[in-house]
Order: sequence, then C-alpha cells, then structure tokens
Amino acid sequence: MSDQINSACDDCAFHNIAQLKKLGVNVEDTDYVVTLAGNPNTGKSTVFNALTGLRQHTGNWPGKTVTRAEGGFSYNEKRFKLVDLPGTYSLLSTSQDEEIARNFILFGRPDVTIIVVDASRLERNLNLVLQVLEITDKAVLCLNLMDEARRHYIIVNERTLAKDLGIPVVPTSARSLEGIPQLIESVYKVASNEIVCKPHKIKNLAGLVNKAVEQLSSKIIKMYPEMPNPRWIAMRLLDGDERVVTALQNNEFVIA
Amino acid sequence: MAEIKDKASEIIDLASELRWQVGDDFHDRLTESIYADSASITERVEEKPERKISYSFDRALDRILTSGTFGFPIMILVLAVILWITIQGANYPSGALATLLLDTIYPFLKTISSNLGIYWWIDGLLIDGVYMAVAWVIAVMLPPMAIFFPLFTLLEDFGYLPRVAFNLDSLFKRAGAHGKQALTMSMGWGCNAAGVVATRIIDSPRERLIAIITNNFSLCNGRWPTQILIATIFIGALVPSGFANLTASISVITIAMLGVFFTFFSSWVLSKTMLKGEVSTFTLELPPYRPPRFWKTVYTSIIDRTLIVLWRAIVFAAPAGAIIWLISNIDIGEVSIANLAISSFDGFGVLLGLNGVILLAYIVAIPANEIVIPTILMLTVSNFVMAGVGAGEGVMFELDSSSETGEILKAGGWTVLTGINLMLFSLLHNPCSTTIYTIYQETKSWKWTGVASILPVIMGFVVTFLVAQVWRLVVGM
Repeated sequence: MSDQINSACDDCAFHNIAQLKKLGVNVEDTDYVVTLAGNPNTGKSTVFNALTGLRQHTGNWPGKTVTRAEGGFSYNEKRFKLVDLPGTYSLLSTSQDEEIARNFILFGRPDVTIIVVDASRLERNLNLVLQVLEITDKAVLCLNLMDEARRHYIIVNERTLAKDLGIPVVPTSARSLEGIPQLIESVYKVASNEIVCKPHKIKNLAGLVNKAVEQLSSKIIKMYPEMPNPRWIAMRLLDGDERVVTALQNNEFVIA
Repeated sequence: MAEIKDKASEIIDLASELRWQVGDDFHDRLTESIYADSASITERVEEKPERKISYSFDRALDRILTSGTFGFPIMILVLAVILWITIQGANYPSGALATLLLDTIYPFLKTISSNLGIYWWIDGLLIDGVYMAVAWVIAVMLPPMAIFFPLFTLLEDFGYLPRVAFNLDSLFKRAGAHGKQALTMSMGWGCNAAGVVATRIIDSPRERLIAIITNNFSLCNGRWPTQILIATIFIGALVPSGFANLTASISVITIAMLGVFFTFFSSWVLSKTMLKGEVSTFTLELPPYRPPRFWKTVYTSIIDRTLIVLWRAIVFAAPAGAIIWLISNIDIGEVSIANLAISSFDGFGVLLGLNGVILLAYIVAIPANEIVIPTILMLTVSNFVMAGVGAGEGVMFELDSSSETGEILKAGGWTVLTGINLMLFSLLHNPCSTTIYTIYQETKSWKWTGVASILPVIMGFVVTFLVAQVWRLVVGM
C-alpha cells in the first residue's frame, strides 16, 4: 500500500521539483553521466538549462551548440552530470559537430542518453532516434516542444511511441518547464536500472545487407562479448567508417 | 597487445570482404531502411490535422521575409532599426557613466594618491593608465552593448537568422562558398572568435576555411561602437541635426554591408585561387517562428554576451592602458616613444587618408578592438599638446559629448576623409588576438592563421589608399 502512495507522489510535479537540485557547473563526483542528443533546433539547450539551472545561450537557429556543454543536477541523492551535444540530423556522416555527438555516445558511454525530439516534426526526428538506439540501450525520449505541436493540432500517442521504441517517452515543453520533473524521474529510473529498455533496432534492411550485418555482428559478439553495440559497429564497418576502424585497432571499445 | 591487433584485424578483414559483396550502396540502403522505420512508426503514433492551417502564419511570413523582392530591403531595414535604437539609446547612459567614472571617481583617486604621497610614476601608471583605460571601455562599450545584444538576441530567438541565411545562400553559392556561412557570418556580427568556432557546422574543410578567413569582415561588437562614434562625429555632423542620428545609422549599415560585400568578394577570390573546389549542398531547415520570451532573453543576453564581452575588454584594456601611459611618458632623447612612433607612421598613414596616431592605436589595440578610440584620443591629445583638454600625457579621458570628441579630433588634423577611412580601416584590418588564437585552435595551421590575419590588413591598405586618392582628386583636401 505504501508503495502505491509513494508512486503517486513520484508522479506529482511538486514533489519532484522539491527533490531536484540544480548544481550548475559543479559536476565533480557524479554518480551518473547523462547526455542530451537530438536534431538541431529541438530545444536541447533549453532542456539543459531547465535541468542544470545554467543559462547556456539558447537561440532559434540550427547549429547553435557546436561544442559540448556540461552541467550538473542532483535528484534522489544521486548526482548527475549532464552533457549537451551539438544537434545533428544523423550519426552517419563525418562533419565535426556530428562526430562530437557520435563519439561521445559511442566512446563516452553515458549512463543515459536523453534524445530530444520536436513533437511537431516527429518523422524526421525519428531518423536520429533510431540511430542512437542502435548505439545505446539506455535512453529516454524527450518529446519536446509539445506546446508547438498543440498549436499546430498535432497529436502524438506517446504510449504507442514508447512501446514501439522500447524506451520511456516523456512529453515536455522545456521553455515553460512542463514535463521536466517527469523527465528527471525517467532518467533516474533508467540510470538506476529500475526501468530496463528494450530499444527498437533498425528493421527493413534488405536481404543481402541484412545478412552482411548479421554475419559481421555475430563475429564481433564472439570476439568482444562485452561490446554493447555490435550491430552498430558492424554497420559502421560496412560503411567504411575510418574512426571506428581505428577505435577497434586501439582497443577503445573495451572497458578497462 | 598482439592479440588485440589480431582480433581487430580479423573483424576488419571480414568487414572489407563483406563490403565487396554488399556493394557500395550500403549507406543508401541503411538510410532507406531507417527512413522506412521512422515513417511506419510515425504513421502509428501521430495524428495530424487534415489541412495544415496552423502553419499558414509562418508560411505567409516566410514568403515576405525570404522573398526575392522584399528579403534584402527588410533585412537592411531591421538592421537599421536596431542600430538606430542603439545609437539613440546609448548616448545618455554613456554620458552618465562617464560623469561617474571620470569626473567623480578619477579626481577622487588622484586626491587619495597625492595625499598618500605615492610616487608619481606609480600613480600615473595605475590611475592615469590602467584605471582610465578600464573606465573608458566601460563608459563607451557597456551602453551600446547592453542595447544591441538583447535586440539581436530577440531576433535570433524569433527565428530570423535562418531566413537571413536563406536569403544569402544563393549569393554564397555563387561565391563558391557554403550557404551555412551566412549563419557564421551573422555570428561574427556579435564576435568574430565565436563566428570562427561556429564554422564547425560546415562539413567541407575547404568551405570551412573560407568561412574562417572571411569571418573578420563581419563587424564585431568591439568595432560597432567605433563605427557608431565616428559616424556620429563626422558623417552625422554633415547633415542638419534632426537627421544626424539617422544618417549616422545609415553610414554604419553601409560599412556593415560593405563587410558583407567583402565577405563574398574574398570568398569568391579564395575559391578561385587558394581554395578551389566544388560547392557542397546542404539542407537548411527554416525553424518555426517562436515568440521570444522578452525578459528572459534580455537577462541571458546581458549575462551571456554583454558582461562576458565587457570583461574581456577590461582584461585587455588594463595592460593596454599601462602601455599607452608608458610609451607616452618614456622619452628617447627629447620625445616620447609614442611621439616618435606617430611621426614615423605619419607619412604612410596620410597616404592612406589616415594618420600616424590611428596606425599606432591599431598596433596598441591588437589585443582588443574595443580600445581603439580611447587610444586614438589619448595619443592625439598628447601628440598635439592641447591646452585645457585631457589630464596630461598618456591619460585617457572621456569627453562630455561626441561633439567635443569631434573638436579634439579636428584639432588633431582630422577631416571627413579621416573619419570615413577610419571606419573603413576598422572594418578591414587584422582580427583581434583572441580571434587569431581561435583561428589557430580551429585550423591548427600557421599558414591559414597567417592568411586570415594578413589578408584583411592588405585589403584595408588598398581600400583606404584608393579612397584617399579619389577623395583628394574630387574634394581636393
């Protein structure tokens, strides 16, 4: 019984806000590393500011964040380091901002990746989401700019979306802090393994391509049983990604 | 170690073998299947209105703001309004700050130091040099920045910048450069160092270098105040006082637009010579217009931009103030180092329609463009020994109004030509030391850092020289 009361409280925004402590740039001794990824101009920096209490410059144009910004917050007595990545449309090409984002998710191994998407432009944003989910299992979808979607009469069924993607989906309007407490809670639950994600993997791969990916990734699993994202590595190798080749040769994928 | 190498090369070998089988359209196949997955998920979860009535406002606005006919005039008009508000609004607080820092605190510090019996040279170096330089920078820079930056940030929040990029895109393409350079150029209007960092959004190294090298042609916030002040003194004074501010704003916009022209021109030259190559295509997303949150924007832009930029200016102005005081007070033979330098630069300076004072000021001000005007004023006063103005050799001072500043400059032999050419030279000269350092950080190449630093100065010399010759032929003075 008491459990149920607790969970009701957990859903209450005021309860959560009371537990959130914005740590600003003070990010030493953190328990979890959380990263923000997403398409350009979906409000990642606004989410970042809402969580950390920092006032990183936000602006309504794609490509504003070109470097990593870091900040911290604490929730439920756990300290989180938050890393804001440059916005990208995909992780498959090689411009510098995309590499910063990709390398951090791939090599930085964040405990949770928050993927921020524009709720009014879901289809285009999902392309990146699917790629991130190939790299990492621990992710939360932040369905941001809900206010704008509503303004355009767009309705997103977030429960079906969560089921399809296999990760928690939290609708937010970061500008007005709507949904931020629920976002923090989901991040906490994924970080502490209270929620275990079963992320969507890219389907619809054509026969020959699919076979090649399968063959290569099963070989990778055999050689590196601890590798968290063999399918992604296989895809990158088949695409001729030099950075991943180098990483393999330098043994960067093995956790010391 | 050998084992690791073996494991890795075994996988890499298999990968290259499979790549032969799959063919080189793997990338496209993968992208296709990702798109197909996205589409099928979206179809399940999203409900959209039948007709997209809601976007009609954005569409209508875009049709005007990015139209072939109105796009450019609106862009210039928006910039004009912002500059006009800045020029109008900055006058009063600048005067108030000057009264406080220079008419009240400065004599107070002087009195204290003379009561304490501090050595004259310590007093001179610290109060007349360092304190005055810092006070000047605050009085001159803070008010225009505190008005200009929030206005600019409001535009940014609203979503206007991508439209500017859209308008300029085809021009950049014709100049052989990347369309996203329009965005980094706009960033440069705030700060060139920031503009250079922002070029990371450009994928192709060739186009990125072009964007880095030409970013200096965007007037940065350190140079807006110089432009505004000189335009007010020399250009605004040419017309009846009712139109003075408007005319001054228009002349500043002309300089800014000239900067845009030089950006295109040098991009074009670079893409035909040192940086030949194909123009790459990209998708530019025009984000929806969002009503800016007024107070929050004002707050963040003051904290983020104004105070940070001001702090940087202070950090550089303090040692520069000391140097100015020293070169004005250390004599070689009978004359100070400053005077020596000024007279040796004067010949070349006059050839360019400038003078020795301006050239020396630019050398002293390499660390920060913001302190050019204070340095020029101080050097003018000590070089031409004027009775009753300033507070002695090597002392930066503030004058109560821009017309008094004008009197000093005119007494120092300045003409309308000097004013115009100073504005031109302020647009076309080497980047400040922070920007040069940033360029090196981004390119890791001394060669390109050198090109980016020297190219604008050469252009500055050429342009001011030509303007001076034509002016002297036509106007005759």
